[in-house]
Amino acid sequence: MTLLSALFDLLLLATLLWLAWRLLASADLFKAVVLFIAFSLLLALAWVRLNAPDVALAEAAIGAGITGALLMVALGRLSPEDACPHRLHPTLGQRLSAPLLISLAVPAAVAILLSSLLTLPETAAGLAPLVTSHLAQSEVAHPVTAVLLNFRGYDTLLEVAVLVLAVLGIWCLGEAQVLTLPGSVSPVLLGMTRVLLPVLVLTGGYLLWLGGHAPGGAFQAGALLAAGAVLWLFAGQMLSSRWSDLPLRLLLLLGFQVFLATAAVPVLQGNLLLAYPPGWAKTMILLVETLLAGSIAAVLAAAVIGGRPACAPQSFPPAGQADEEKQQ
Amino acid sequence: MNIPLLYAAGGVILFFLGLHALFVRVHLLRKVLAANIMGSGVFMVFIALAARAGEAGPDPVPHAMVLTGIVVTVSFTALGLVLAVKIEQTSGRSRLPRKGEEGA
Repeated sequence: MTLLSALFDLLLLATLLWLAWRLLASADLFKAVVLFIAFSLLLALAWVRLNAPDVALAEAAIGAGITGALLMVALGRLSPEDACPHRLHPTLGQRLSAPLLISLAVPAAVAILLSSLLTLPETAAGLAPLVTSHLAQSEVAHPVTAVLLNFRGYDTLLEVAVLVLAVLGIWCLGEAQVLTLPGSVSPVLLGMTRVLLPVLVLTGGYLLWLGGHAPGGAFQAGALLAAGAVLWLFAGQMLSSRWSDLPLRLLLLLGFQVFLATAAVPVLQGNLLLAYPPGWAKTMILLVETLLAGSIAAVLAAAVIGGRPACAPQSFPPAGQADEEKQQ
Repeated sequence: MNIPLLYAAGGVILFFLGLHALFVRVHLLRKVLAANIMGSGVFMVFIALAARAGEAGPDPVPHAMVLTGIVVTVSFTALGLVLAVKIEQTSGRSRLPRKGEEGA
């Protein structure tokens, strides 16, 4: 390790901490959201520095891209921060208690954790040798994909269940609102979308295939496809009611259901949970990953819309005012 | 102290920066941001400790766990933001009700 790369790491770490502090302390919420997107992108760079390209891809696509879109949509629907947040009738104790307790407890906890970090060995192989020695059994060449979909497949199964649950929660809370008013879409965005959409779909498919032997996989691919879908929605496009009813629900659940079936069938045959039949693991993993990528894309796009399709809709999300007047 | 452990220390500080803001800041969007920063701090500790392997290449198990974590984070962010918008719509405030207010 050269001095220059160590200096780069230090600078990156300092920038990340400064960005985090600024985005949590800045007075303007819009600025905070923009700083958060910058923070996520730099975090992806930090993952690359730490030899984790899979995580970097996911962070750039999901952390910066999808979370950024989610935050921007929510920012437009929330009222701005109070200029000076004040209590109704604060006592001296209330005034002091929370800030005082936190400013005592947080540095103490930081000190304890940092001192325990210092006692850790500087090099430790962890579970890497174990994964490498069993990699051939998993029938995929990339260790992270092997862990995600074979060795610790139940983690991924539960994670997809969490995604489906999140959409269930979002759909329970209300109907979808208008994302973009017709006529308010700039021609630059429309042109950009036309260029970017095919590129995103192609890159998503490439990452999905790459996951078998190199950094990439269902989550990165799903996030890219979701980014494409979000761009398409922001460009004023909508799903017609024919597609937003049963087909959308099927797409949302398909990845989870097929994964669950793949996990459960071996149990019925008296085998272990998620034990792929020998010789079929690569095919099964690829099938599950492809369906998962589609489902993840649909789930993330549905999360950005932020509501269920309305009972008697023309489209999902609903079109703006101008359209309604036209139809009347 | 080598570079991975330095990143791990940075992760600890990120976590507590987020925790501090989660308690001190009032606006709900800011609380969601704070929880995201806390999560990033935890991920940084995981990835940094996985990077200690050196020549043999990093440990893939924490990488897979962080990938799972990123997807769970975006799930809770999405649900949390929709809840925040719902709170704003029903109470007219983009913060949790205080002691003595309606709904507290």
